[in-house]
Amino acid sequence: MLIAVLSGFILAAFAPWLTRAFGDKAGWLLAILPASLFVYFASFIPAVSEQGAVVLEYSWIPGLDISLNMLVDGLSLLFALLISGIGTFIITYAGGYLRGHEYLPRFYGIMFSFMAAMLGLVLSNNLITLFVFWELTSITSFLLIGFNHEDKQARWCALQGLLVTVAGGLALLAGLVMIGITAGSFELSEVLAGGDVLRDNPLYTAIVLLVLAGCFTKSAQVPFHFWLPNAMAAPTPVSAFLHSATMVKAGVYLMARLNPGLGGTDLWLYLLGIVGALTMFTGSFMALRSTGIKAILAYTTIMALGTLTMLIGIGTEAAIIAAMTFLLAHALYKAALFMLAGAVDHETGTKNILKLGGLRGLMPITFLAACVAALSLAGLPPLFGFIAKELMFEATIGAPGIAFFVSLLALASAMMIAAMAAVFAIRPFTGELKETPKTPHEAPPSMLAGPVVLASLSLIFGLLGFIPAGAVVGSAVQAVYGSPLEVELYLWHGFNLPLLLSVLAIVGGVVLFLRWEQVLDTFSRMTFIDRFGPERGYEKSMDGLTWLAAWQTRTLQNGYLRTYLSVTVLTTVVLTLWAYFVRAGAPVHIGDLDFTFYELAVAGLVVVGAIVASVTSSRLGAVATLGMVGFGVALIYVLFSAPDLGITQIMVETLTVILLVLVLYRLPGFLKLSSPAARVRDAAIAGSLGVTMTLLILAVNGVTVVEPISDQLTAWSYPEAHGRNIVNVILVDFRALDTLGELFVVGLAGIGVYAMIRLRAEDKGQ
Amino acid sequence: MTSMGSLILRTTARFLLPLLLLFSVFILLRGHDEPGGGFIAGLIVSTAFALYLFAFDVARTRELMGADPRFLLGLGLLIATLSGIPPIFFGEPFFTGLWWPIDVPGFGEVKLSTPLIFDIGVYLVVFGAVMTIVLALAEAEE
Repeated sequence: MLIAVLSGFILAAFAPWLTRAFGDKAGWLLAILPASLFVYFASFIPAVSEQGAVVLEYSWIPGLDISLNMLVDGLSLLFALLISGIGTFIITYAGGYLRGHEYLPRFYGIMFSFMAAMLGLVLSNNLITLFVFWELTSITSFLLIGFNHEDKQARWCALQGLLVTVAGGLALLAGLVMIGITAGSFELSEVLAGGDVLRDNPLYTAIVLLVLAGCFTKSAQVPFHFWLPNAMAAPTPVSAFLHSATMVKAGVYLMARLNPGLGGTDLWLYLLGIVGALTMFTGSFMALRSTGIKAILAYTTIMALGTLTMLIGIGTEAAIIAAMTFLLAHALYKAALFMLAGAVDHETGTKNILKLGGLRGLMPITFLAACVAALSLAGLPPLFGFIAKELMFEATIGAPGIAFFVSLLALASAMMIAAMAAVFAIRPFTGELKETPKTPHEAPPSMLAGPVVLASLSLIFGLLGFIPAGAVVGSAVQAVYGSPLEVELYLWHGFNLPLLLSVLAIVGGVVLFLRWEQVLDTFSRMTFIDRFGPERGYEKSMDGLTWLAAWQTRTLQNGYLRTYLSVTVLTTVVLTLWAYFVRAGAPVHIGDLDFTFYELAVAGLVVVGAIVASVTSSRLGAVATLGMVGFGVALIYVLFSAPDLGITQIMVETLTVILLVLVLYRLPGFLKLSSPAARVRDAAIAGSLGVTMTLLILAVNGVTVVEPISDQLTAWSYPEAHGRNIVNVILVDFRALDTLGELFVVGLAGIGVYAMIRLRAEDKGQ
Repeated sequence: MTSMGSLILRTTARFLLPLLLLFSVFILLRGHDEPGGGFIAGLIVSTAFALYLFAFDVARTRELMGADPRFLLGLGLLIATLSGIPPIFFGEPFFTGLWWPIDVPGFGEVKLSTPLIFDIGVYLVVFGAVMTIVLALAEAEE
């Protein structure tokens, strides 16, 4: 299983090379991996149907309670199947869509990483691992959205998506850690089996708000929905994948996953129910006033995400069944529609639906598949989307407390979506053929395979509802609901309220479709929506951030060494003195004043050197006296039997002198620029550090809080690390990881100095 | 600063450099049991080349070093990082020390180990970083 999840990352490393080697056939070849993953995940169906959940254990960082355990239950299996199944078609589709594209090899590399991250996310049984994969999807989708990186707009959109989802991710991390601490375990299977532990905890509200901040941003709920339509800057295969089965569904996945542990409260119901319903309505409304074929689909995705969130929030039996059915139905038709939209765009050269028409004869297969998928989107029998919509209406009618509100919004949304489904399937294909930038012809098989199969599945699942119900939807519902439920999916539910609402939605949809140009005209004039939308909020906060960064750079990072020193010294002094006086109660331990005359002599030399260095008006004198201080300190190390430190100090002093000699020539002549007041101030700052350090030493002198670790390290040094020089043993063995970190710091410092000097030299050269 | 060194300095530098190099290797290798180690040894070898730089010039120093100090810096980081990996194959955590003591006839025990490899990494990083800075400053001077 671990290999199955990580195989995407492995293939990602080889994908660019394979793509170059196999050229146009690479898409078909690379699709073998997701296809075999699909078969592999499908083999879990019987076990999951019988046992409910299978946990596969792999340890990762046992010391931190972080495992790579995999949880395979109905929910994760449904997602894994969608990711690998739709992924298969996306990979072949991309081979056709980006045929001959310069960056296709890179595209496959990122795409497989993304797919693997998504699989890891839905299969992780550990909250921390889940979060790692969650962030990996944000990063890889950033690369995918910004794939056309030479386009400024694409970069901007990618950054927006990244910032919104990563900001939410930060909140999510806090929420997940709180869950782990509250529940006493970071393993999902244990957290969810904990019953009311989370709900009864005083931290419950904070947990829900933090987790939902992550889910809402990721799944583009109002008011964070604006990044998703912009993510269309990505090439169509990416949009199709991101919108149907992955990325944006991650938030939905997590809400569904945590529903047994966090759901069932008023807070959960109202937050998810109302935000979801509003998102659903907003998405539908924005779809209605869009003219780009991809934009229409992007907004219907927001509608679907809102619907799913709302259904999870409602949380009744009917709602969870509806949610899982809708999830599957949406993934099938949305992936198909996006791929078809890409095919139309690819073959005609335009995305504007007003400029398309009469393609029926030229692209017959595309037309047919679009009709079937759009019927499912509109929710018409006998397609799977119809079952999903019926179930949704049933759930909203039965929603506790907010039934009227959500049902009304659901009906309005369903009307608008039905209209847009008709617009999408009918307008580009009927009427007279319009002039397009490219001469249209049918898309290649690689681009049609996916939509055709997925659209057919929408039809088959609609007619034969027991197939999805028995395979995964049933066990997914069980996983989200938290206890076993009978799930049966069929088209005919008898004459009831949901059917009436469905009929109303279709009738309303037809009316809207027939008058769409008028509707579009009216709504597109409402430009205040674009001006005052939450996207403005995003832009404002980005501007604010830039301003803050500029302000703090001007104030703190102003390039004057004396400012840096003052800030560093004063911060240290204030914090240390606060701890010393307030926390520790100002202890002073003089101890026995037992010293030899040469210790005193060395100390005296150091003091004299320091004083002379700070008052001398000769640079060379300052360097020499500073050297005196340094060598004096080295002597102190030697006297107190720390030869390693002593040698190091001497070497550092020697090198310092060399560096100073190199720099000295470059400095302007010695001038007294500072006023007496400034000199007093500087003396005070310097003096405060000296006083603080003295107090600190007097304080720690007599305190033994814990047994010093050095005793143990000394005892271990030879038997454990085969070394008698304890300093070196600590550096290269006991604390090698710390040393490694310091090495990187040393390296960075070296490169930093090099860059500064070279940049200045180049500036001067010009 | 070009060729500012006197004849005495040049001659001294020419003789001292190999001695200091040898000394630094000695300090590096004995570090695990006696005062010394990669950090100190790296500083010693840097000082040796800095001395040479004073006696001659940047071009001659670079030529003598044979490799760009930035390359040595990166190489050191790579070696230090890689030295933590072998224990993983023995089921131990990252950076667990592995030891292969070898008896060399007539010399005594030689302790080959991953910490020693790590220390060589430290040596190269310190040497590379210091020389990067010193040479950049000296070049800016010229």
